[in-house]
Amino acid sequence: MSRVYIASDNIFSPLGNSTAENFDKVMAGATSLRVVNNQHLSSTPFVAAMFSDENFFLQEDYTRFESYCIASIKEALNDTEISLSLPETIFILSTTKGNIELIENPKQRNTLRSKVSLSQTAKRIASHFGASNSPLVISNACISGVLSVMVAKRLLETGQYRHAVVTGADVLSKFIISGFQSLQAMSSDVCKPFDKNRSGINLGECAATIVLTAKEEYVSTEKKVVVNGNASSNDANHISGPSRTGEELAGAVLKAMSESGLSAEDLAFISAHGTATLFNDEMEAKAFTHASLSSVPLHSLKGHFGHTLGAAGVVESIISYQSLLNGVILPSKNFEEMGVSGKINISQTLSRTDKNHTLKTASGFGGCNAAIVYSLK
Amino acid sequence: MTKAPSITSYTALRNNKIVSDGLVVCKKSEVSASDFLLHAYEALELNYPKFYKMDHLSKAGFLAAEVLLREKGWSEKYRPEEIGIVFSCANSSLDTDLRYAETVADIPSPALFVYTLPNILIGEITIRNRVKGESACFVFDTFDASFQTGYINTLFGSGRVKACISGWADFYEDKAEAFFYLAELIDNKTNPIHDSNNTSKIYSELWKN
Repeated sequence: MSRVYIASDNIFSPLGNSTAENFDKVMAGATSLRVVNNQHLSSTPFVAAMFSDENFFLQEDYTRFESYCIASIKEALNDTEISLSLPETIFILSTTKGNIELIENPKQRNTLRSKVSLSQTAKRIASHFGASNSPLVISNACISGVLSVMVAKRLLETGQYRHAVVTGADVLSKFIISGFQSLQAMSSDVCKPFDKNRSGINLGECAATIVLTAKEEYVSTEKKVVVNGNASSNDANHISGPSRTGEELAGAVLKAMSESGLSAEDLAFISAHGTATLFNDEMEAKAFTHASLSSVPLHSLKGHFGHTLGAAGVVESIISYQSLLNGVILPSKNFEEMGVSGKINISQTLSRTDKNHTLKTASGFGGCNAAIVYSLK
Repeated sequence: MTKAPSITSYTALRNNKIVSDGLVVCKKSEVSASDFLLHAYEALELNYPKFYKMDHLSKAGFLAAEVLLREKGWSEKYRPEEIGIVFSCANSSLDTDLRYAETVADIPSPALFVYTLPNILIGEITIRNRVKGESACFVFDTFDASFQTGYINTLFGSGRVKACISGWADFYEDKAEAFFYLAELIDNKTNPIHDSNNTSKIYSELWKN
């Protein structure tokens, strides 16, 4: 089976429009989380990471969501010879709600189905780049991003395609914000993953793109990032609450580790999901304890980007392997005091590492979990 | 003889009718699709009260999966981690999205909001059947037998699953459709091999009568 590499990437977020800009800001401890006062979105103020240009449209033909996706893909493709027009390239869109904000506009009702349809949305984005193949859409709650990279890897290693462009994106709308408010899942303060005083999530907007390839010659960096072992699992417990034991996330983690042929001491760090809800963080801590990874430095990036839903697994993957390339372990922003019962080693300062592997995990509604390892070669 | 992924059973729901392995198991014309889902739940004596709080997409998929999987003893052959579920749909959760959006102006409904993700159907089926292995939720305009069988066969090929529930479901504008089948790694000569041709053939022949 072919080895799968990262050829290029882009993060288009409120922190910046390139991977380098985003990575530098995260290294400096910056955040795009702000108190948002916007009556169209919520009658009460909320904390979120939102693009400052509410009217970012490429042209009238594209929605705000599509415009950010296209901007991110364009940047990612700038740095590589790989294009979507090649017959050996597949485009994968990872999103939870895509163009759902159009549902709020009664004028759109007639064309709603085709505008909101995730497969039609993906086709509009793909055809902007003259894509040869029909795109793939993965809408699997908060694991969509990690799962999309995983599916891309599997399609490349069996030779079905040679390159994949994976874009994860979501934009915020009253639909999404009111929903998380109704679940009482949103923190009124900045989110504090794994902290004793955590009180919920902050939502975030982002479009992020990873270009994967099975052809090593398309990788230009000196050290090459390899997409390594991976697995998904289901809690089979509750549709909107995580597993009580964390055994199922642990199961996916252990499969990803054994497929990579690694043990705990090989990992530089873990980039956890860490949403900062009471139950999620508790479940994750139990899972990492169960998987015997208690000693590995761990962080959540939600304090920098917020929870970017369909983009989360993609943007957090990029920051993770960029950290490996730069030989650093990032601190877990906003963490002060341990607030979970499982034994985990929260990274609290920016430190150096010469290790070559990192683990990225995600968990989401429906009781789904995903784990993936990135390695340097 | 080597083991190959094979289609061991299938179930479909459409036009107020549920068909399983060629036999009609439930039928009621002249009612709406949403009423048919309730009728089928009662007629099949499923006794799973959580069904009532599911959205239409989940109800349609859940019913097809129940008829496919219940009381067949197949799951005893596998550990929960060895069973996968791969699901795809056309309109994601649009039917529920519209219902939820109507509540937003007044009091947003958390009970509806949790169903505004298509993979919740996977959650419902995994809870009911104690399925803990690989899963993924895709969105396609129409059922893509070629992709779905291909992806599931890569899961079999890499040893990630020994059995896999494969599903397609959709609910929009009071039209319900669900097609679920079970693929298992078995050595036999009677069951169709799990490939694109056989899956397409079963799917297209289902709707002929």
